[in-house]
Amino acid sequence: MVFDLAFIWAGLIAFAVLAYVILDGFDLGVGILFPLMRTEAEKDLAMNTVAPVWDGNETWLVLGGGGLFAVFPLAYAVVMPALYVPIIVMLLALVFRGVAFEFRWRTKRAKVLWDLSFFGGSLVATLAQGVALGALVQGIAVEGRAYAGGNWDWLTPFSMLTGVALVAGYALLGATWLVMKTEGPVRATAHRLSLWLGGATLALVGLVSLITPFLNPLYLERWFSFPNALFSAFVPALILIAAFVFHKGLREGRDAWPFLSALALFVLSFVGLGISFYPYMVPPSLTIWEVAAPDESLWFLLAGALVLVPMILAYTGYAYWVFRGKVDPATGYH
Amino acid sequence: MFGFDAIELARIQFAFTVSFHIIFPAFSIGLASYLAVLNGSHLWTGREVYLTLFNYWKKIFAVAFGMGVVSGIVMSYQFGTNWSVFSDRAGPVIGPLMGYEVLSAFFLEAGFLGVMLFGREKVGARAHFVATLMVAIGTLGSAFWILSVNSWMQTPQGHAINDVGQFVPADWWAIVFNPSFPYRLVHMVLAAYLTTALVVGAVGGWHLLRDRTIAGARTMFSMAMGMLIVVAPLQIFAGDLHGLNTLEYQPAKLAAMEGHFEPHPEGGAPLILFGIPDAANETVRYQVEIPYLSSLILTHDLTSPLPGLTDFPVDERPPVGIVFWSFRIMVALGFAMLGLGLWALVLRLRGKMYDHRWLHRTAIAMGPAGFVAVLAGWITTEVGRQPWTVYGLLSTNDSVAPVEAAAVGSSLLAFIVIYFMLFGAGTFYILRLMGKGPGSAPPMGDLGPTRTAGVTPAPAADNDFIPTE
Repeated sequence: MVFDLAFIWAGLIAFAVLAYVILDGFDLGVGILFPLMRTEAEKDLAMNTVAPVWDGNETWLVLGGGGLFAVFPLAYAVVMPALYVPIIVMLLALVFRGVAFEFRWRTKRAKVLWDLSFFGGSLVATLAQGVALGALVQGIAVEGRAYAGGNWDWLTPFSMLTGVALVAGYALLGATWLVMKTEGPVRATAHRLSLWLGGATLALVGLVSLITPFLNPLYLERWFSFPNALFSAFVPALILIAAFVFHKGLREGRDAWPFLSALALFVLSFVGLGISFYPYMVPPSLTIWEVAAPDESLWFLLAGALVLVPMILAYTGYAYWVFRGKVDPATGYH
Repeated sequence: MFGFDAIELARIQFAFTVSFHIIFPAFSIGLASYLAVLNGSHLWTGREVYLTLFNYWKKIFAVAFGMGVVSGIVMSYQFGTNWSVFSDRAGPVIGPLMGYEVLSAFFLEAGFLGVMLFGREKVGARAHFVATLMVAIGTLGSAFWILSVNSWMQTPQGHAINDVGQFVPADWWAIVFNPSFPYRLVHMVLAAYLTTALVVGAVGGWHLLRDRTIAGARTMFSMAMGMLIVVAPLQIFAGDLHGLNTLEYQPAKLAAMEGHFEPHPEGGAPLILFGIPDAANETVRYQVEIPYLSSLILTHDLTSPLPGLTDFPVDERPPVGIVFWSFRIMVALGFAMLGLGLWALVLRLRGKMYDHRWLHRTAIAMGPAGFVAVLAGWITTEVGRQPWTVYGLLSTNDSVAPVEAAAVGSSLLAFIVIYFMLFGAGTFYILRLMGKGPGSAPPMGDLGPTRTAGVTPAPAADNDFIPTE
């Protein structure tokens, strides 16, 4: 086949998931850090940095789910029941934090409740996403065309570890985002946290990376056999460079650098994950070709995606451009 | 769990989450268009009242839209968590349609929402109008695709079935424009517009009752009543056409709506106004009927045959009682909307529309009628197509995910508690915003989410897309 449609789509879905992780990652991270903002004014400012964009960010999650349903329906049909509990928990947590964006401005008495809802929802949604990722990495039992495990198979020490790692990672994205987008006490708090969170994220990602190859012989082979071994040697090097830029940016007050290097860390980890997975969509049993919808379905949506995704990127970029720069704490809704 | 098996729990869960969800889009589809009209009117005429109304409804839209987004994300995962067999089998056909919904509609509305809510000073009046228009187009685009999906499940065509039992696309044009789609789309979009008009009319009526000189209240009430008198008759006409389409493609559903157990092979079927359907004895008790009228409405003559429920095997009949009643509630509310529109028109022509207190009170009472009618309509069409998920081809029982009843039951409980709590609070805040009135200044400290301080407003055509400086 000249065009391997399933392969192209695997790349597009991976892109959607990555876009989700880094975009909603920073606004979930701001939620996770919310209790560390001391005054109401600081909380307002932190939330206002993400208020105009969180909706668009979360749409990538719908694309991840909807896209999987559209082009890899079997993977969707196997993974969702397997990760039933973390997925439902994540969805409900996203409801809690999503409504808080508007609700907390509509009340004075209950504002503290919606602050809690914003923080708790962000934290739990992140934890659930990390756990779901870990459960997918450690493998899902499949029989025929259906999930063959139990309700709690996803719950292991490894999946808890990936959950915690993602919380640290999103908090890092959130902190560096706040460094970039704010001034004054919020920036100072975020600046202080960034260094700690950077270290914690690196350590946890390192730990997860060390364990992953031993979960499945396939991963081991992939990472330590030629030619992938070349890349696996590069990844730590690139991560070190990112860490250096991160640190330098924080120290010298170049406020965009820490955020951009945190993004780089996420992209590198994601690529590493992709190397472990490929060619599986549902490890250890289903490859991307086994779960792909027929070519007619893949073509039909690809035609639209090729036109629409660049447009989406363009107007999403426009929206970010409109709200660029540091947020002025004095401006309000009206 | 609770005496239900996994499939019943999964059905209750889907019915619950989708019913809650539909309330928000039913409102935000209409409201987004209304906001675009207000914004455009201000741009066109320069009259301040339109901008006042825009800013007033914008805040209400933001709360409703947020609830729609988060309850909608749940829907995009419910197919997989609870209906995984259906997802595997129907995914190749309906998945790409939902993919188009995300790509062409969700991103558009979410992408421009931030600019619409917070960006007016940054981008200028024209670009702000364009952003509002994009949000409105996004909501309509989303209705287009999701109703195409739903309609394909009701009247499937253009597909084949492969060797692992999946529905696979054969003719996309036939799939998207399946037989019930045009009717359902028009019926739903008009329903959303009516729902919004009734809410706007109720809010306008509420403030006119307190002070009939408020310019914003007069304008919104006038616009809402004008919308009603135009759209309500169109909706009744569209609903009738939709019914004829149902008769052709889903006769069992139509028989349940009409309460016809016995077929009428020679025509002359009566229209049953009221009664209590008794499925076990295959009859409608205490029925009040108008002779021949059902045949006249459905076949436009007195002799064409009409099917009855007994034409279908017992296990292929929808639950009659629910469909029979939800249909009647919807139709009755539809005519009540027309009545309100007519009354307002008469008073408008006499110059008393802003002074007639009973009209304002009736408009307030009718405020929620659109939501009730929308829910009743969806119950009619969704319960009416049982026992199928893909009509005639894949049964509901064969669609469910291999998830244990305990898991589905606990998540259902969580959805019920959390939805009522959070969306209850949201409804309260919306009502409070509505109670404040257009043009009254917000109290000090009531500042909403804000925007970053840009250097200069970026022109719409700027290609230099960098998130930071």
